[in-house]
Amino acid sequence: MTDVTMTVNGKTVSGTVEGRTLLVQFLRDSLGLTGTHVGCETSQCGACTIHMDGRSVKSCSMLAVQADGAAITTIEGLSDGGDLHPVQAAFKEHHGLQCGFCTPGMIMAATDMIRRHPEGLDEKTVREELEGNICRCTGYHNIVKAIMAASEAMNSAANKAA
Amino acid sequence: MYDVTYHRAGSVSEALNLLEAAEEGKFIAGGQTLIPAMKTRLAAPSDLVDLRHVAELKSISVADGKVTIGAGVTHAEVAASSEISDVCPALSHLASLIGDPQVRHMGTIGGSLANNDPAADYPAAMLALAATIITSKREIAAEDFFTGLFETALDDNELITAIRFEAPEKAGYGKFPNPASRYAMTGVFIARKSETVRAAVTGAGDDGVFLCSELESALSTDFSANALDGLSVPAENLMTDIHASADYRASLIVAMAKRALAMANG
Repeated sequence: MTDVTMTVNGKTVSGTVEGRTLLVQFLRDSLGLTGTHVGCETSQCGACTIHMDGRSVKSCSMLAVQADGAAITTIEGLSDGGDLHPVQAAFKEHHGLQCGFCTPGMIMAATDMIRRHPEGLDEKTVREELEGNICRCTGYHNIVKAIMAASEAMNSAANKAA
Repeated sequence: MYDVTYHRAGSVSEALNLLEAAEEGKFIAGGQTLIPAMKTRLAAPSDLVDLRHVAELKSISVADGKVTIGAGVTHAEVAASSEISDVCPALSHLASLIGDPQVRHMGTIGGSLANNDPAADYPAAMLALAATIITSKREIAAEDFFTGLFETALDDNELITAIRFEAPEKAGYGKFPNPASRYAMTGVFIARKSETVRAAVTGAGDDGVFLCSELESALSTDFSANALDGLSVPAENLMTDIHASADYRASLIVAMAKRALAMANG
């Protein structure tokens, strides 16, 4: 057993894990953050996507000990206070979900995608960048619409602030 | 997954010492192949030595046309590096096609090369660019490095620290990805430097990545897609699996070579 300490959604958390404990197990089972989903467990579906040190990664494909000392953001930590994050709001507005299982991973992947494309996103880029996230309901069309709308909303908010 | 003892290395020498002391240890870089393999118990190391925090493996430098990329540089970093894309945009393009964004944030060039998956992208680039694989012990030419399916010239306690190549005059990469895994069902990397053309094929060979002499001789006099019209590559020694037959892969080699040339000449 190994002690790990990391920052999760802005708070420092510690725990004791086995070497083989996956990061997603630590988040869900030890910390109770069940918004991060386990879909395929073979690193294909992306339901477990979180941010580590600001970048999207699949938390089922890394060990908790690998994240020792890292800053983790999960879907629970995305919004600032009671208001939805702009990406969450866009998924709601554009009905970017059907059953909702893939949604936390989609939103974490989308937030990272928007960060990496401050120049804005076109449909082709969004679809390519969603390679690592699978929607079993095949509801991609509205997911893509939601991400493009969120990108636009966040860029115009950033421009106003500047 | 069987339990495993985790160690975090801060330097190359510490990593080598940790592995030496382990019973059946393995280095872990991004872990995007190793962790899934451990989950299915295809790999069961007693110890993992994490290289992700070894700063000396993370640099990219381009000087006098010589490109050096640290083994710990991620696919996302290679794809986003303006230094690399200024001198070899084909390599940045190749990196941007590996896996998906999440995988590219973790996976590294050193990890990919050490694993030598027969359908991985980087081995084709290294072979076509006549790259040198720099390890903790020595320098190995790419042609001597890849020795078979998931096999390399690396010794048990030897770590890739960087790769180095001279920027080509022209280069391109054409890839037909498996729609599910995004690994290459066939990928062709073509590079030209000082009148020498090298064309390496991944995802198709029975024994892993290889240089394709048919493509190279056709392109040595005419470096254009026209030179490949009517060319056929023998299907012997190509892979047949549920995704594609050897004959289909043979025709993909020519088709992907044409795409690589369009990029190289574009």
